[in-house]
This record gives sequence, C-alpha cells and structure tokens, in this order.
Amino acid sequence: MNYDKKLSNVSILGAAGKMGSGILLLTAVEMADLSYKKENNNITFILNAIDVSDKVLSGLLEYVRVQARKIAEKKINFLRELYFNNQNLVYNNEMIDDYIQRVLSIIRPSTLIESTYNSNIIFEAVNENPDLKIKLINQIEVNCNITPWYFTNTSSVPISYLNEKCNLNGRIIGFHFYNPPAIQKLVELINGTDTVSDLNSFALEYAKKLRKTIVHSNDIAGFIGNGHFMRDTLLGIKLLNELKTDFGFPETVYIVNKVSQDFMIRPMGIFQLIDYVGIDVCKYIMEVMNPYFEDEDIHSDLLDALFERGVKGGQNSDGSQKNGFMKYYKGKIIEIYDYNSNEYMNYETISKKMDPIIGKLPNDYISWKEIIKIKDRDDLLAMYFENLKLEKTLGANVAKKFLKETRTIGLKLVEQNVAKSEKDVNDVMLTGFFHSYGPINDFLPWGEI
Amino acid sequence: MKNRIFITAGYNTISLGTGRKEFNPKKERPGLEHYIKEAGATTLKLIGGAQNVDETIISNFNAAQYNHQGNLPGYAPFIDENLRYQPSTRVEGACGSGGLALVAGIKFLLSGESNVILALGVEVQNTVKAVYGADYLAIAGWWKDRKIGHAHFFPGQFSDRAGKYYEKFGKEYTRKGMIQWYVNAINNARLDETAQEYHNADINLKLTASVEPNGRTFVDNLSVYDCSKVSDAASALALMTEEGLKRCNIKLEDTIEIISFAQAEDDITTRPEDATRLLTTENAVKKALTKACITIDQICTVETHDCFTIAGIMALEAIGFAEYGKGPEFVSNGNTARNGKIPFNSTGGLIGWGHPVGATGIHQAVTILQQLTEKAGNAQIKLDVNKPYGMTINMGGDDKTVTCIIYKKP
Repeated sequence: MNYDKKLSNVSILGAAGKMGSGILLLTAVEMADLSYKKENNNITFILNAIDVSDKVLSGLLEYVRVQARKIAEKKINFLRELYFNNQNLVYNNEMIDDYIQRVLSIIRPSTLIESTYNSNIIFEAVNENPDLKIKLINQIEVNCNITPWYFTNTSSVPISYLNEKCNLNGRIIGFHFYNPPAIQKLVELINGTDTVSDLNSFALEYAKKLRKTIVHSNDIAGFIGNGHFMRDTLLGIKLLNELKTDFGFPETVYIVNKVSQDFMIRPMGIFQLIDYVGIDVCKYIMEVMNPYFEDEDIHSDLLDALFERGVKGGQNSDGSQKNGFMKYYKGKIIEIYDYNSNEYMNYETISKKMDPIIGKLPNDYISWKEIIKIKDRDDLLAMYFENLKLEKTLGANVAKKFLKETRTIGLKLVEQNVAKSEKDVNDVMLTGFFHSYGPINDFLPWGEI
Repeated sequence: MKNRIFITAGYNTISLGTGRKEFNPKKERPGLEHYIKEAGATTLKLIGGAQNVDETIISNFNAAQYNHQGNLPGYAPFIDENLRYQPSTRVEGACGSGGLALVAGIKFLLSGESNVILALGVEVQNTVKAVYGADYLAIAGWWKDRKIGHAHFFPGQFSDRAGKYYEKFGKEYTRKGMIQWYVNAINNARLDETAQEYHNADINLKLTASVEPNGRTFVDNLSVYDCSKVSDAASALALMTEEGLKRCNIKLEDTIEIISFAQAEDDITTRPEDATRLLTTENAVKKALTKACITIDQICTVETHDCFTIAGIMALEAIGFAEYGKGPEFVSNGNTARNGKIPFNSTGGLIGWGHPVGATGIHQAVTILQQLTEKAGNAQIKLDVNKPYGMTINMGGDDKTVTCIIYKKP
C-alpha cells in the first residue's frame, strides 16, 4: 500500500489533548493535501478523532478551524496553484475558506473506539500511562478489520515494551512530537527492536511532509528529550534542596528559576518549565523511566508531595497556566509556592529581596528572546560565558554548577546509548526545548568548575 | 496656469504598521475617524479654521473593504462642524488617489469656484492581514486578471516587471540598485519621526536587503524589502489661490507654488506594453515638465511612487535622470541618496515612510512643501538656488493612473 492510501484512514487516540489536537491538525492538513491529488479522487480520506468525552471533543473542530486558517494563510501560494483551474475561487479568502472546509471535512470526532477498526494507522497520544496505552492497543488489535500500524507519541515508554505487550510484531514506532506539535519542529523517532522497515520508511516520509526535523533516539525509556529534561528537573530540585536552608523554600525556587532562565539564557527557568509541562506529568514520566535505570533514582519526593497536595501545574483547557511551583496571571509569574506554609508568596517581594543576593547578570548578557533571533550566535555566547566564568556572585556560581551538571546529563545520554551522538542531544534541546545552545558545549572550562 | 495656486499647512499623522513600536496587530488601533480628524483638524488650525474653507477633497482607495465605509465626503463635517453643508468630494484612483485629489483641487481653484480647499488623504489598511488585504489591493488592477494573478497581486505584477528588467539588464546589477534604494529609504525614514521605519535600528541594512527573493514563500523576483509596507495614516494640506492666502492670512514663505501638473491614464484592461518601463509615468512627467518650461536639471528633489524598489528605479529612468537601463547604476552610485545629485524620497518614500494608499499622493506633496520651505527638520536636504523645483509622481495601479506635479518656492 502506498503512502497516500495508507494515510487515507487514520485514527488518533487522545485527539482532544494538548498533543493529540496538534497531531490531528497536522495530519488532517496532510490528508487534505493528498485528497486534492488527481489520482486520489476515488479515495475518501477519514481521520477519526477519538477521545473520552463529547465535552473534550466539542472544542476540537474550532481549534482545527482556527489553526488550519493560519496554515492556509501561510501556504497561500500553494493554494492559488491548487485552485488555479477552479474558476469559482478567485480571491485569497475564498481559497483559504475552501481549504479549511476540506481539512474539517476529513475529521470525524468520536468517543467510540470502534471507529478505529478500519484505520490503517492508529496514532496514540493518550496519557503517559503504559497500562492505558496497552489496553487501548489490545482492544483495537482484537477487533480491527485490518492490520494497522501504530504510531505512539509516548515521550518515555519504550517502544519494544509496547510491542511485546500488545504482540504487534514490529507494527509500532515511536513518533514523539514536541509541544505544541503545530509549531515545534522536532520529532523524536524511535524504532523498537522489531519495528518493520516499511513503517520506518513511512514515518520518515510523513515527518518530511509535515516539515519536521527528525532526531533518532534509541529505544530507552525517556528517550533523549525526557532523558535530559527529567534529569534537569531533578538537578533543579537538588539545587533547591541544597540552598533552601539558607534562603527559604520560595526564595530558593526564585533563585534557581532565575538562574536557569536568565544566567543560563534559556526560554524559561527550570521550575516554570516543570509547571508548563505539569508536575503530575513529570511525576508520571519519572515513574515510567525509573525502573529502567538501576544505577539511578529518577524520582522526586518533592514532586510526589506536591502532587499529593494538589499542586500539579499544567494548563487549563483555555491554555492558561495552572498553579505549580509558581502562580501565573496572563502568563506572568505573580507568586511562588511556599512548601512549609502551603501558601503562595508575592513574587515581587521575593524578587526585590533576592536579586541583590543573586547578584547582577554578567557583562555581555543577551536575553534569550534576543539571542534566539541571531543565527550565528556562538561568538556572542562565548563572550558571555567568558564573563560568567569570572563572576563570583551567587547567581553565577549556581549557573556554573547547573551548566556543568546539565552537560554531564547530556554526555551520559550518549554514554548510555540513548542518543547516537552528542549532536543529537544538542539538536533535541535546541529544537525541542528552544535552548539557545546545546548542553554539550565547550563554553566553560568544565574541569575547573 | 491662468492663476497662481499654492499649497500650505501640510500635516502627516504617523504611518502606523509593522516597524513602528506602537504597532501591535493584536491590540485595538486608531481607526479611519482618528486619522481623518487628526490630519484634517491640524491643517484647518494652521489656516485659521474651517470657516475659511470653500470645499474639501478626500482621497481614499478602499475604505469600503478595509473599513466597511463608503461615502467618505461625509467625513468633512466630522472634522469640523463649520464644514457642514460645504461641498465635499471623494476621489479614487487606487494608490494614485492622493495625486488625483491634488489635481482635482487645482482644477477646482482654476475654475474660480473656490479659493481654499482642504485636501486630505487617508487609508487604514491594518484591519485585515496582508494575505486578505492583497485581494483588496488587487482591485487596483483589472478584476479579470485577479484569477491568474499572484496571491500577493501587486508584488506579483512588479515581480514580473523586475524579472523582465533582470533579463534585459542583468539580475545582480539590478538587485544592487534595488538594495541601495531600500537602504536610502530607511536612512531617510529614520530622520522623520512620523515615518513607519523611523524606529528601524538595523545596523546592516544592505545585508538585510540582500536576501534572495523566494517565489515559494513570496514572489519570484522581489523580497519583502523591495516592497512598501501596509500602513495606516492620513495626510492633509490646503490648496489656495492668492485670494485664499489673503483670506487665511498665510505668508508666501509658508507656501509653495504649483508650477505645473499633468495627469495620464492607461487602459486598465491591458498589460504593460513594455514591462521594463513606466510609460504612463514617462508621459505624465514629460507633460508636466513641458508645461513648467523647465528641465530636470532644475529639480532639487523628487518624491516618486516607490511602491517597490524596482518602481523607484524605473521612475527615475522615466523622468530622465538615468538612461534606460542605467537606473540601477545611478542609484548604486549614490546619486539618489539625500546628499546625492538628486535626492529622491527624502523622508523615506513609500518603502521607508509608508504607503497609506489613498494618502500617499498628499504625503508626497507635504514632503515637498516641508523641504522647499526648509521645515523638514532632521530630514531637511540641502537646497540649491539653481535648482528651485520639486516634483511628485503618484501612481495608481500598475502604471495606470499617474499624476506629476512640479512645485517651487514662490
């Protein structure tokens, strides 16, 4: 079966979720493009959007409508060529509207898993819960009318494990999008031990059509992205534990978050990132990963405790940030959680108190927002890190420690054979996490730190 | 001309759009009424009040689509209640609307019917994204060409012109001139605080503009830096006879005189006879120069319709400052820069100052007024007593509706 036919009937599990909705959008657009090809005139393209309730599915089509418009606007030159022979469509807006309609017409929202039974491809994007994934796949396997290929968006569960538990004989591949899938360029591609080569070839073509950047990860729990991020999370928490007796819990959250954002020129501090991903999600991922690493403890008592207290982070359905290590208003941090009192403390007050203690940013500092716009930025970064090296402030010292350990985490991923190369680790952090430089670098004299 | 006609009391609002720090497409912005009121009321104040005005001319291209508003003459009394029951006219000739307003105003004054005219141009385009605005702008071309036209219709038209010019005279050679045109435009705009590119802080304009055109994402032969931007703005001025000047108590030193004007029209249903030349512009300029009885050597500055860098280059060839095919070299050698042989578009032109379509022709005249009366502030160019004339060229569509006006300090 060729690429187009294979993609003519697809189901997405967890389609209304943060990741699922993005995957649905991109896949629907790709299917719409295929549906315009002359040779596909007789094919009905169907994309089943499966999720647990009508409530969560209700806003999905509106999301796709809005996002598909943005995509159509960007590809207006393509659309004018596409509709060149259609005399009824003359103006850009007419073509854009028609295209959106085509995208929407392909999607079939449903709460019934039975809808998936005729699909050639099942894209699994449900919660990071191995048992749930296995249960759903097994149910489809028992009832499906054809033999589908499975794509899983898991960011941590080994593909070979799912393959084995569901007796798929290699009909599954890891295709891990980054959040939000419509924007993030990175996809981690993970072959299980038995993944069939045709499926791998198909996945590569699908990624290419979606204009994604592929980084291959070996099939080890957490892969490269979470392999690094979860350990970075634990590193942030370790520094929090080391410093909190001197400065207090919320004050130390402030220090480590500020250092990991500003001093390290990252898009957000480590605790803000944990909140963004979700404390609960981090906890689940660590639970999945931990059994696979005998010499490490990928687990945090603090995250467990916060979860128990209902401090979970993540986003509301409208995209606003839920309370986690910090509280947010319109995307800005306004308060920081105090573990001892179980209350949030004013961010401005803590900031005023701690900034003089942290110390000023080193000379030649350029914010992440600015530096990310510069393509050849290594010289600017080198100049900045040279100044950071000389600084003895608290902020600079914490940053140097963080940078050294985050580099070690990256090197370990290569050593553990999770990543095939140092470049792959850096590529994932650069493209998937929007870092302005890879963790494995020579900006500082690591032996002296 | 049978009577002396003057312009005075010029005013430009800021040209709002991408590039201005105040511009945020996600936030509410001033609308049509704001710009009309600001520009109109300021000019009225400068001439002693609306009671001195005999009639108003408003130039605008497409408020019907951009702002859901037609019948723009009705905005005259909105500017000032003293304009209620006075005549008011709206003129439209696409991007050449402003020039038409000036020419119409001159003719009204010459007819003896009026002595003081408020001429105001306005366009508020940021109400829709550029991809939809492209359709609105496309009606400045023949509607039957829209289907076969580019998504960005006018960039497509001038990309085709640029492509033909590349074929004839060499791409690298031509691009060099186009890039320098962009650099000049931004450098000039940085000297006028109302310009859209006033805040442009790019330290390497040449490098920025050197980006290779990409037909997949835009058009084949132009980059976005070759194009004027989407702008919201209004410009206003007063046209007066000598009697009008007396009525408003305006001193001659605060005016410039219209020496000649010309208008030329080409068939909107036809394609350019020669895509490498602006033949209608050439015709209008020739007529204006003949009527003024001057040569181009007597002109100290030109405001030309550089909706695209290639249009700027073709216009200077049409005027005769460079021979056919020598325009890019003329620009590359610095002749059109503010300290060059003949400064063009001294406050940035359409590319640097902005292109609020229906207001552009008026804005050009205001710039000449500022320059010749030496009130251009930081953007002031050096004047030469042997070159007392200024020129504006305003173009609607693809070299279809063209006006050329020649001015002089009285």
